[in-house]
Amino acid sequence: MEAVLALAIGILFSCGVWLMLRPRSFQVIIGLLLLSYAVNLFIFIMGRLSVNKPPLTLDGEIIDPSLYADPLPQALVLTAIVIGFATTALYLVVLLGSRGLTGTDHVDGKEKDTE
Amino acid sequence: MNWLNHLILLPVVLPLLSGAALVLFNERHHHLKFLINFISTFIVLATACWLFHFTDTEGWPDGIGVYLAANWAAPFGIVLLADRLAALMLLLTAILATAALVYSYSRWSRLGIHFHSLFQFLLMGINGAFLTGDLFNLFVFFEVMLAASYGLVLHGYNVTRIRAGMQYIVVNLMSSFFFLIGIALIYAASGTLNMADLASRIAGLTDADRMLLETGIAILAVAFLTKSAMWPLGFWLPTTYTAACPPVTAMLVLMTKIGVYIILRLWLLLFSDAAGDSAGFGGNVLLFGGMLTLAFGAIGLLASQESGRMAGYSAVISSGTLLAAVGYGQPALISAALFYLLSSTLALAAFVLLIELIDRIRTPAASMLALTMEAFAIDDASKPESAGVAIPAAMAFLGLTFAACALIMAGLPPLSGFIAKFSIFATLLNENNQQLHSPFSWVLLILIIVSGLAAIIALMRFGVRTFWSTSAVPPRLQITEAAPISVLLALCVTMTIAAGPLHGYLQRVAADLHQPQLYIDRVISSPVTTIASGEYTQ
Repeated sequence: MEAVLALAIGILFSCGVWLMLRPRSFQVIIGLLLLSYAVNLFIFIMGRLSVNKPPLTLDGEIIDPSLYADPLPQALVLTAIVIGFATTALYLVVLLGSRGLTGTDHVDGKEKDTE
Repeated sequence: MNWLNHLILLPVVLPLLSGAALVLFNERHHHLKFLINFISTFIVLATACWLFHFTDTEGWPDGIGVYLAANWAAPFGIVLLADRLAALMLLLTAILATAALVYSYSRWSRLGIHFHSLFQFLLMGINGAFLTGDLFNLFVFFEVMLAASYGLVLHGYNVTRIRAGMQYIVVNLMSSFFFLIGIALIYAASGTLNMADLASRIAGLTDADRMLLETGIAILAVAFLTKSAMWPLGFWLPTTYTAACPPVTAMLVLMTKIGVYIILRLWLLLFSDAAGDSAGFGGNVLLFGGMLTLAFGAIGLLASQESGRMAGYSAVISSGTLLAAVGYGQPALISAALFYLLSSTLALAAFVLLIELIDRIRTPAASMLALTMEAFAIDDASKPESAGVAIPAAMAFLGLTFAACALIMAGLPPLSGFIAKFSIFATLLNENNQQLHSPFSWVLLILIIVSGLAAIIALMRFGVRTFWSTSAVPPRLQITEAAPISVLLALCVTMTIAAGPLHGYLQRVAADLHQPQLYIDRVISSPVTTIASGEYTQ
């Protein structure tokens, strides 16, 4: 399971980086999305992979931590998803504004000079 | 005295509430919106003054006030804390925010919608970043600050701003991803995100975990170094500074210093001598990165013709000097660097506010905003000159304030910039301090002098072209535009006069930073408030 997840994160990340370096703003935003998926998965697995373990603890009794998943990365990843989603949406608005004002979807707001 | 602890939270909660309340008002009520914004900012300023005083007079044990959010004990809940450094930065933020806000009154705040709300959210994010004692919480406050700054950079929506804004947003989103990866790695290695708890665990980590942690910290540092514009991560800065409107640029000047603040705080806390094998990790990166940034800033400053870019490269120089000085990790040098931070931030903020006024000499004032006004049709936008009183002797005012800014930024006597640089030199050349003696100290010294020379050449060239040109027409200045600049520069003059007491204070700040154990003990041992059942009934 570790290998599969590591590969998935690696592929998402490399695709994201490649798209980030493209000149069109739409490619950049897809790149940002892929990167944020990769980062979110990465945070999630930092709580160690486990199967069939609930993240919550019952109160009132002394518990064995090895029976439970670490709840903190799960809480962190929720926050990170929300923030990443909001800021990417904001970038989408700016992207559309730029397309409307400059008439091009190049990230510099103007086409590269044709030689 | 327990309620006093809640005041630590006020600089975060008040801007949040007033920012949210300001969304509800229509843009037509801009006087009311300005008033609410101003009152809120002013209360934050008063709180910052009080915290500044209270942390220094040992109102709290060791001068560190700890606020446990929702009354959870330290490593489990989120901690906010105010110590001398945090209080100092809060005060600087509040002063700059008040100045930028008053400056924006006469025209800039009416250029687009929701300026006042975004301004308050920005203030909330910045204050939160200074006060938090938890890494993930720091990320959240950074994002609040950045989201507000995206909106503010785009404020008064035109082609230049949208181009610069797009790049600014992408660069910062990328650095946020680095931030998150760093945090995740740190958590994986140490099992905690509380800064104090983390610092106390570093010495006991196994070698494998230590490597993971150091990787995490290095990735995290990329995020902060991007904010503080270290070469080669700072190319976004001059473009953004040029494009954003002046009050926003003044706040951006402060935001580069937040990166420096976090590095000061985290690096000195985590990698002090108590950190075992990790002590001093990455110090050389800061030192050499800072030097390269200085060189890059000086070259950029000489090459730039436009006033906005000059301000941007001056900010790069100031960041470079600070990073290099912090990289030594010496208390004496850090107090000198903090003096430089205060002086250069105030002068740069005054300069970015000033250059917009100076540009009115060069271009006819009325046509200036025609482009930006189109996007949002605001009723009052058609008569932006109506508010405030025009001040006399505009040319003399502009000339004098420009000269003062130039002197401070270049570090020439008699103003505070000179004292700041002089105290950095004096510390570097101190015979008694063996750790500072290396060939690199000389390189740093020469770089600082050369960058000062570059600054004075570039600024003089700009000044001569502007003020001595025959076509110069005295522009119309409003008192709300002139007053903030005067106040910021007056503060620099005060810093010059009160350099002695201020240095004493900054030495206490630096001494605090070099005793991380105090900080750790205060956070970890902070007792939760137990409320006896009887108190409710009284």
